[in-house]
Amino acid sequence: MSKTRTPKLWRLLAAIFALALVAAACGGTDDDPATDTTEAMEDDAETTEAMEDDDAETTEAMEDDDGEAMAGGTISMAIVAPSAKDDLAFTQSMVDSIAALDGDIDLQITDGTFVVEEAAAAIRGYAEAGVEVIVAHGTQYGGSLAEIAPDFPETTFVWGTASDTQGLDNIFAYYPAADEGGYVLGTIAAAISESGNIGIVGPVEAGDAVAYIDGFANGAKDNGATDVSIVYTGSFGDVALAAETAQAHITNGADVLSGSAQMVVGAVGVAAQNGVPWFGTQANQASLAPDLVVASQVYHWEGVLQQVLDARAAGTLGGEVFEINLGNGGLVIEFNDGYPLDPAVKTAAEATIAAVADGSQSTGV
Amino acid sequence: MLEYLEAIFSVAVLASGIRLATPYLLAGLGETVGQRSGVLNLGVDGVMQLSAFFAYWTVLVHENLWLGIGVSVLVGLVMGIIYAIVTVFFEAQQGISGIGIFLFGLGFSDLMFQKNVGTPRFVKSLPDVRIPVLSDLPVLGEALFSHSVVIYGAFLLVPAVAWLLRKTTFGMNVRAVGENPQAADSLGVSAQRTRFIAILIGNVLAGLAGGALVLQLGVFQPNLTQGLGFIAVALVYFGAWRPSGVMVGALLYGLVAASVLQLKALQLIPRSYSDIAAMAPAVLTIAALVILAGRVKAPAALTRPFARH
Repeated sequence: MSKTRTPKLWRLLAAIFALALVAAACGGTDDDPATDTTEAMEDDAETTEAMEDDDAETTEAMEDDDGEAMAGGTISMAIVAPSAKDDLAFTQSMVDSIAALDGDIDLQITDGTFVVEEAAAAIRGYAEAGVEVIVAHGTQYGGSLAEIAPDFPETTFVWGTASDTQGLDNIFAYYPAADEGGYVLGTIAAAISESGNIGIVGPVEAGDAVAYIDGFANGAKDNGATDVSIVYTGSFGDVALAAETAQAHITNGADVLSGSAQMVVGAVGVAAQNGVPWFGTQANQASLAPDLVVASQVYHWEGVLQQVLDARAAGTLGGEVFEINLGNGGLVIEFNDGYPLDPAVKTAAEATIAAVADGSQSTGV
Repeated sequence: MLEYLEAIFSVAVLASGIRLATPYLLAGLGETVGQRSGVLNLGVDGVMQLSAFFAYWTVLVHENLWLGIGVSVLVGLVMGIIYAIVTVFFEAQQGISGIGIFLFGLGFSDLMFQKNVGTPRFVKSLPDVRIPVLSDLPVLGEALFSHSVVIYGAFLLVPAVAWLLRKTTFGMNVRAVGENPQAADSLGVSAQRTRFIAILIGNVLAGLAGGALVLQLGVFQPNLTQGLGFIAVALVYFGAWRPSGVMVGALLYGLVAASVLQLKALQLIPRSYSDIAAMAPAVLTIAALVILAGRVKAPAALTRPFARH
């Protein structure tokens, strides 16, 4: 029998190929701190370019100047987030908010880090690279931050959604009073529903999703909805399951839908196919279904972030908790002009917004 | 109790379960062919992600669903060629190679989406085709005969793959190579060529599964499959390496998921049990695998690279 064993060269090539596959896969985590790829801010292309070209020097300068750089010059920030930066939901709300801040900001993004260990590596990588303000945009990153933050006492970590700083003086925490916008949208949903049957598509029963959904359900029930069905699919990312959940709601008679988290694109698609109005949260979702998205509760974190930057410039690196709500402008109800909402309903909704904002209307959450 | 049964055994749940089962079925059928030849492919999920993205992108640009389906098959074919070269000709360890393919698919589809599309946008989705006469049958007509062409195709592939494996020379070669590639090779059956073709078939079906998933939804998101391909691999074990068994497993998984959603939507599952109920399909699959373990025999040469001595 002839011997035709694969030469060692081929084995080596196979190993190189496998490594190449893994290396290419790493490209999916956009803007890996290890490679110092900088995410370009729309209005700050030159600064970003400078950082890409001369990253080490920039970091050195930041270390030397510290407070001065924050007060008048460029500040380096990074976001680590669990979903895509343009998910029309949770992560995009933070990316858009940083883009809306005044001043020169070098922003780096690591998104799609569903795996906490990957996020932890990215957070530590940014801290080691000298990034001044690191936003850990996910409740699940709290445990990692508790380990990392003490190792970098000069770095400001911003963590949310969370309502405590874990006792560390270089962590700021933030959370949305999502029930407030949820309540307002629930009242509108009840007003436009003919059947009084409203369906909600939720992810995992945790965090701001629960606040939004409970607020929405209470707003709808307080205003005449007879049947508000809530389904938590058990996943933040399963688009197919969200779609089937929306279909189940519609089959059971729901004529208005809402939902929270990035997997709701599947549900919005089903709503659009069936001509069912949709209410969004976290980011403005009107682009998904221009004729059917009635309104969205949009998170504007820029107020919180500005306070963080101001505090850091004044020498406070953390230790405070911030809430965004309808009253301080962190939560904004954005109506979609493409949906023909009855003006009377809109006027009533605006009155509800004012009432919730000044505390005269409770959300029941 | 009656209300629970009425909720589960409804037309809507049956139709939903079939839709959810289809990507598992397509990927599982392909993986069955590959595993019967002795090749474990843990890269199924990555292939699905890649094919899903490219099918979506194609439809987004060209607005042609059939072109999108074709592209998903083509992506599966290309990934199959790569995986076959690595595992068959380079004799690389199958598990590690498969994980490499998975990571590549996950990362590259995400990267391509971010660079070329960005924000999720809807494309045309596969339309339902009502089969004349059959779709008018009471109860079952609506549930079974009002789906997209890809769903019908997936279930028609079950007997086709069974026939391929049991009745054709190629199928016999696949089974022989999966049991003892050295013996088959010594008798004139090229184990390498047989495994190569089996891997191609498996990856083409995985690609089609990705295309079916994304074009049923009409939208793509990074990590769209959410580990669906790994469940499909598990369903091959569940189905005892038989196409009909894989179909039963896929349907069970899809129907349980659809039933749980319906029970939640009707508020028949208390909210405090909501997240636990969401795990029901996976728990059932694991339980079935535990029960089946030891009672069914895997292809003897599964995961063993073949080297001609």
